[in-house]
Amino acid sequence: MSHFRSDTVLVWLLRGCGLLTGAISVVIVGFLLMESLVALRGVGVSRFVSDVSWHPSAGMAKGQFNLVPMIVATSLATAGAVLLAAPLGVGSAVFAHFYAPRRLRHPFGKMIELLAGIPSVVYGLWGLVVLVPLISRWHPPGTSLLSAIIILTIMILPTIALLAGAAFDNLPSEYLRASAALGLSRGRTLTSVVFPAVRSGLFTAVLLGTGRAIGETMAVLMVAGNVVQNPTSIFQPVRTITANIALEMAYAMDGHRSALFVCGLLLMAMVIVLVGFAEWVSQGRIHG
Amino acid sequence: MDNTPQTYSRSAVSVLLDSLATSVAWSIAALVSGVFLWILADIVIAGLPSISWSFLTEAPRNAGREGGIFPIIISTLLILIVTMVVSVPLGLGTAILLSELTQTESMFGILVRRSLDVLAGVPSIVFGLFGNAFFCIYLGLGFSILSGGLTLSCMVLPILIRATEEGFRSVPNEYRMGAAALGLSRTATLAQLLLPAAVPGIIVGLVLGIGRALAETAALIFTSGYVDRVPSSLSDSGRALSVHIFDLSMNVAGGDRHAYASALVLIALLLVINASASWTANRWLRKRIVVT
Repeated sequence: MSHFRSDTVLVWLLRGCGLLTGAISVVIVGFLLMESLVALRGVGVSRFVSDVSWHPSAGMAKGQFNLVPMIVATSLATAGAVLLAAPLGVGSAVFAHFYAPRRLRHPFGKMIELLAGIPSVVYGLWGLVVLVPLISRWHPPGTSLLSAIIILTIMILPTIALLAGAAFDNLPSEYLRASAALGLSRGRTLTSVVFPAVRSGLFTAVLLGTGRAIGETMAVLMVAGNVVQNPTSIFQPVRTITANIALEMAYAMDGHRSALFVCGLLLMAMVIVLVGFAEWVSQGRIHG
Repeated sequence: MDNTPQTYSRSAVSVLLDSLATSVAWSIAALVSGVFLWILADIVIAGLPSISWSFLTEAPRNAGREGGIFPIIISTLLILIVTMVVSVPLGLGTAILLSELTQTESMFGILVRRSLDVLAGVPSIVFGLFGNAFFCIYLGLGFSILSGGLTLSCMVLPILIRATEEGFRSVPNEYRMGAAALGLSRTATLAQLLLPAAVPGIIVGLVLGIGRALAETAALIFTSGYVDRVPSSLSDSGRALSVHIFDLSMNVAGGDRHAYASALVLIALLLVINASASWTANRWLRKRIVVT
């Protein structure tokens, strides 16, 4: 250790900072657990999947606490958005790195950055005013699983594109030069050299995009219609877990409030699993 | 034996596939740019007519359908100031700790990093739940600018720390060795050498953090609240710009016009902050290169 007194003070000060920031996520999980304990005890875990419907305001004994339709809605909206945004996002990154003429490369990258920075309420506003009426003309009522999927796709596309772009940046330039020396075409270089090398990076990008889609609240709340039901078609309105919290938190009391914290805990669990998975992939245990 | 040199010629199929890949890449780019222009044009066209000096300087009337957004801008800036005052020193301290004073393999460093990874992935609505339970109720701050700002500072910390760490990592190792050879204390090394060299990274972190904080809605609804008056103190409730947009478009019939105008103001604010920060970072870099 160093013999300067100022250093000792500094190190302890910084350790304090580290401890505090490190503790935040622990405190968050702790508080979610504490607040949801009322419902977990009073309602029990099984009723969150076995009750007939979601009518939580009647009290813990008489109320209905079925979360399954919202879990289904979140899963479907996320899956749909990821299926659309993953090829489009990776495609944008491929375009920016390998196909765009020099003049377009910079503006295209800036545009993706700007898209990533647009606030989710603004996407929601556009969805509500432009997208929903369009879908409604095609197939009423417009506020639907489909509009949620489209809005989420537009929102996570730049995330995936930026992270995929970062993976392409990290590609050793020898790979590209070697491939050029072999006379491989651009398409061949991509499929045989670039993609195998950055597979885990692309996978992490898609996983983080998935996390963003699961957690997105405002835009989905504004376009999805928020009816608690298991959708039978993509034109039916749905309510996601995040939207449920945002809609009901304002007036929820006691057991109902606690049930919303259970929703929060559920979201948190999903995110932790995703982060863990992303970590595992980026350490190369899947793709070597 | 045939000694004529063989020329490799690509099969028709592979040529076809190659041009197909090129057209797919171009069409994806065109699609993404098209959607981007559509959204941007929609906001500018629908928002611009309502923007005037009085829109920026008047209080909202008739639930926001008329009047302006002055109190909302003030609340937004106050929330932003609280967020940054709390998160910048904490984030800077943690980033220095992680990049300069902790071995990457140390248990403490790993734990803090893991915890920050999780924090970065927490959905904003969960921050809202936590902020409501912890700052508003447990700490008794109520619906206030302070609660909102503190909640947001938890949210921007991982972004701030990651970018700042990147800044410190980009400082060449010779700086540290030179300082050690001169017998400088760690404090002096940090203050005189590393901190100035890491400024571009810190600025990037600030911009990303401010951008995230300005864009946030879900975490603020249950922490800083809906009140659309000019807050008289930090313990007053205040409505952020993003919450205003949400409220106007969802809960106020005929509020779309002003929702669009507010969205345009919000995006303009984000762009100005972005541009000025990258300008500062560039200037700083150029100055440093001349000096050293």
